[in-house]
Amino acid sequence: MGGFVSRGFRSRRRPDAETAERLPPGQYLTRDFPVLSAGPTPRTSLSTWDFSVVGALPEPRRWTWDEFQALPTETVTKDIHCVTKWSKFDTVWEGVSLDTLLAGVETDATHLVAFCDGGYTTNLPLAEVTGGRAWVAFTFDGAPLAPEHGGPARLLVPHLYFWKSAKWVRGLELVERDRPGFWETLGYHNHADPWREQRYQGD
Amino acid sequence: MERSGNETDRRLDGNAAGGLLAEAFCVEMTTAVVVCAGCGAEAVVAELLRYGHEMGAILRCAGCDTAVVRIARTGDRLWLDLRGAVNLRVSAAP
Ligand SMILES: [Zn+2]
Repeated sequence: MGGFVSRGFRSRRRPDAETAERLPPGQYLTRDFPVLSAGPTPRTSLSTWDFSVVGALPEPRRWTWDEFQALPTETVTKDIHCVTKWSKFDTVWEGVSLDTLLAGVETDATHLVAFCDGGYTTNLPLAEVTGGRAWVAFTFDGAPLAPEHGGPARLLVPHLYFWKSAKWVRGLELVERDRPGFWETLGYHNHADPWREQRYQGD
Repeated sequence: MERSGNETDRRLDGNAAGGLLAEAFCVEMTTAVVVCAGCGAEAVVAELLRYGHEMGAILRCAGCDTAVVRIARTGDRLWLDLRGAVNLRVSAAP
């Protein structure tokens, strides 16, 4: 954590050149981690937690918590951008890449729908979550992911607005036709690229 | 589906319900009564639990957490989703 000097420097109203370059249009930088939830925080015990890949694949895949922890993990440092206009730089996550979870899957699916405890859903094109661009993360800043931030595990898709990084994620449904999720059916953009400022339908 | 001549004669478009719709949508909604599609419980809108934030208002059933009413403002539009409600009733002039 920075001392007085860097704190004063970073809180200046006008972002420095590097910050400006990393901030998508319309965003401001925060050092907090605001909590945005569309429902009560679910409490799922790790003994009943599982993660599954279902839908358009020959055999569903399923991991218990222990099996999931035994998968190869990656630690990544990413900037994240919320549609409510805050961005946070250099967030550190550990998780399992979707490349690992979907490795070798034979599917005609074009999209996936992430499903979560509490009923939340979000949709993503398969082509956008492979190639090292999406993870199921279970630590933040070196500690187990707190429930209010989506623990025990959340999706992490940092190149899209953060509502696509579904909290409390429990699985992925592979679908042959795109199926808009919770916010995507309430006026929010289906794709959600912060660099193109795709906040709302029609943007 | 085949429609009889009679049915086509009797059928009008949505404009013909404009008066009723205006009456239904231009009322105080916090006192409206909704039936939750998740559990069938009846509740006054004001008694639903509000979640959500700047992205929109998510009003959930206090009994089963179903999102009964969802409203979001996106720029210059308002979006309303009532999939979580079986029905919604308001007081009307007789
Ligand atoms: Zn209910």
